[in-house]
Amino acid sequence: MYDFTSFTTWVHNALYSSMSPGWAMLIELAIVGIIFIAFYAVIGLYLVYAERKVCALIQNRKGPNRVGPLGLFQTIADLFKLLGKELIKIKNADQFLFNLAPFIVIIASFMAIAALPFAKGLHAIDLNIGIFYLFAVSSLGVIGILLAGWSSNSKYSLIGAIRSGAQVVSYELSVGLALLSVVIFSGSMQLSTIVESQANGWWIIKGHIPAIISFLIFLVASTAETNRGPFDLAEAESELTAGFHTEYSGIKFAFFFLAEYMNMFIVAAIASTVFLGGWMPFHLPGLDGMNHVMDYIPGFVWFLGKTAFIIFIMMWFKWTFPRLRIDQLLKLEWKYLLPLNLMNIVLIAFIVLMGWYIK
Amino acid sequence: MGPQHPSTHGVLRFELCLKGETVKYIIPHCGYIHRGIEKMCEKITYQQIIHLTDRFDYLSAHMNNEAVCLAVENALEVEVPERVKYIRTILAELNRIASHQLWWCAFGMDLGALTTFFYGLRDREYILDIFEESFGSRLLHSFNYPGGLMHDIHPDFQKKVKEFIKYFRKKLPEYDQLLTGNIIFQQRAIGMGYMSKEDAISYGVTGPSGRGSGFKCDVRKHHPYSAYSKVDFKEILYTEGDTFARYKARIDEMWESMNIIEQLIDNIPAGDFTAKMKPIIKLPVGDYFQRVETARGELGCYIVSDGNKNPLRVKFRTPNFSNLFVINKIASGNKIADLVAISGSLDLVIPDIDR
Repeated sequence: MYDFTSFTTWVHNALYSSMSPGWAMLIELAIVGIIFIAFYAVIGLYLVYAERKVCALIQNRKGPNRVGPLGLFQTIADLFKLLGKELIKIKNADQFLFNLAPFIVIIASFMAIAALPFAKGLHAIDLNIGIFYLFAVSSLGVIGILLAGWSSNSKYSLIGAIRSGAQVVSYELSVGLALLSVVIFSGSMQLSTIVESQANGWWIIKGHIPAIISFLIFLVASTAETNRGPFDLAEAESELTAGFHTEYSGIKFAFFFLAEYMNMFIVAAIASTVFLGGWMPFHLPGLDGMNHVMDYIPGFVWFLGKTAFIIFIMMWFKWTFPRLRIDQLLKLEWKYLLPLNLMNIVLIAFIVLMGWYIK
Repeated sequence: MGPQHPSTHGVLRFELCLKGETVKYIIPHCGYIHRGIEKMCEKITYQQIIHLTDRFDYLSAHMNNEAVCLAVENALEVEVPERVKYIRTILAELNRIASHQLWWCAFGMDLGALTTFFYGLRDREYILDIFEESFGSRLLHSFNYPGGLMHDIHPDFQKKVKEFIKYFRKKLPEYDQLLTGNIIFQQRAIGMGYMSKEDAISYGVTGPSGRGSGFKCDVRKHHPYSAYSKVDFKEILYTEGDTFARYKARIDEMWESMNIIEQLIDNIPAGDFTAKMKPIIKLPVGDYFQRVETARGELGCYIVSDGNKNPLRVKFRTPNFSNLFVINKIASGNKIADLVAISGSLDLVIPDIDR
């Protein structure tokens, strides 16, 4: 198994031995920041590309195929187009909040990727309350959405924002409770510990029935939390035309778009870390030969592969399901998912007490 | 809502009275495509009317033309050859399938399922290709002509249609897999926009929308024209009267249309493709009425003739006009999102309203 700890400690020691600690820390922060910004941009752009390819696959179309080989540079071309577009100033809109909103949405998703473990020893910060932190910062995005809708001086935007607020806040509960199940199983909130605890099998296998229930609830609730179809009520184009970002143009709109895709990446990454083992290769206790072969595949490949799989599932049901109505959406959360989730937590506690899971 | 709203299917405007998101009442405004086709018909010959009737319900252009042709033929007491009757029926059913496919696409899209749009268009392409090969145009094929057809069908026509039926019998169950069986779709459609049989009759809601409420209004069955008396088919009836019943009625109609085509396609009699007609048609003095079943319901064509080569007055009873105005009755009290679904289930084509 590749261990990045030795590499990162080598960089750390090299920096600290050659200059004063203050400068070394500053340079370290700058390196991490640049890597994350680059990563953020690449992932955001290529998720848009992936979405268009997946939707083309489902809809019997070709998708982008003109700009570059297989249309790989299409989204980069789109980015330049969006950069060149006029930023429209809305009359009577609250300019300060209107301009601030896209940044809040972006910052919220940016903060979340800091805590993700990409491979063994490859994370910016390994908090001992990792899940708690992710849970907290990923819900900050809703403030940006509410501000965008409120400050746009448009009724469509306001309705979209309020819908989105109601939706994100209520589904946040299900997301949190679904993650709690693995916290109970592994006995830790630290993401690196949770991943390490899956060395002899992923939690979705080890935790069997209750873990599968939690995983499915997490998938549904996190899709709703990221405002994606079939839960894209915030931007229901047949009713609200575009929802909270109706009045945004050019690169400010692109920020919302980018944040939506990054949020999708983040929830998929959390799901893969917590339920599918993160960077941990597929191990089965007893089969040492196979486990050894699996270890040759680097951790970040496992991590990105699992994340891509979950993203594919989320795209798949976006492009096949019709959209719910707003009252059905809230009913699903409060009447079905939440009680099911609470019962599941009790079931997990019972199973952990009795030791009926694979240790 | 409208006239440029993405889900009013054209330039239709609903004036909505809302309480929160609940629709209190709906006033449909039409007239954004003001065209005056009926007035224009008074200045042109009967042959030329064909090219205008294409345009009001452009998704069932063939049936619109058939109404005028049959009215003129009845007035002149011309008996068209059997071959013409068979071909007209087959084309009308093909056109009906194509229209229902497009409706299915658009209806799915109204509910947010974008993939339906591409599935429906993929299959519709087959029919449009057949049309293009046979008449040179895909949508507004003025192929019907008073007295018969413009010209004979393409030699490959029968083969292509049979290929299409074989293909579409496999593809139609996909529609059910994608949308009909979906729990979210059923929650959006079942019990939504209830229209009673009495409402359907009093508002004159015909076609699959009316038959979804149990209103027996199939002109093909009750007043057979062309070759419909020779084929065996069911009149699709649902009694629930909700959006889902109207949806199911259209899906079942596609199956029935395929049955009708299969019964006729191998038995097209040989013969002439048009009856002997004078080059200038002059109808005897009097008034003539003919109705046909378009993809959206009953189309009536009423011609008053004073013996000239152009009609004195033409009046069309188009299905969408009456189908639209029931919307206040069935959709008020529901949410805006349901209004979108309900108006989608009525399958409105706006130019047909403002003829």
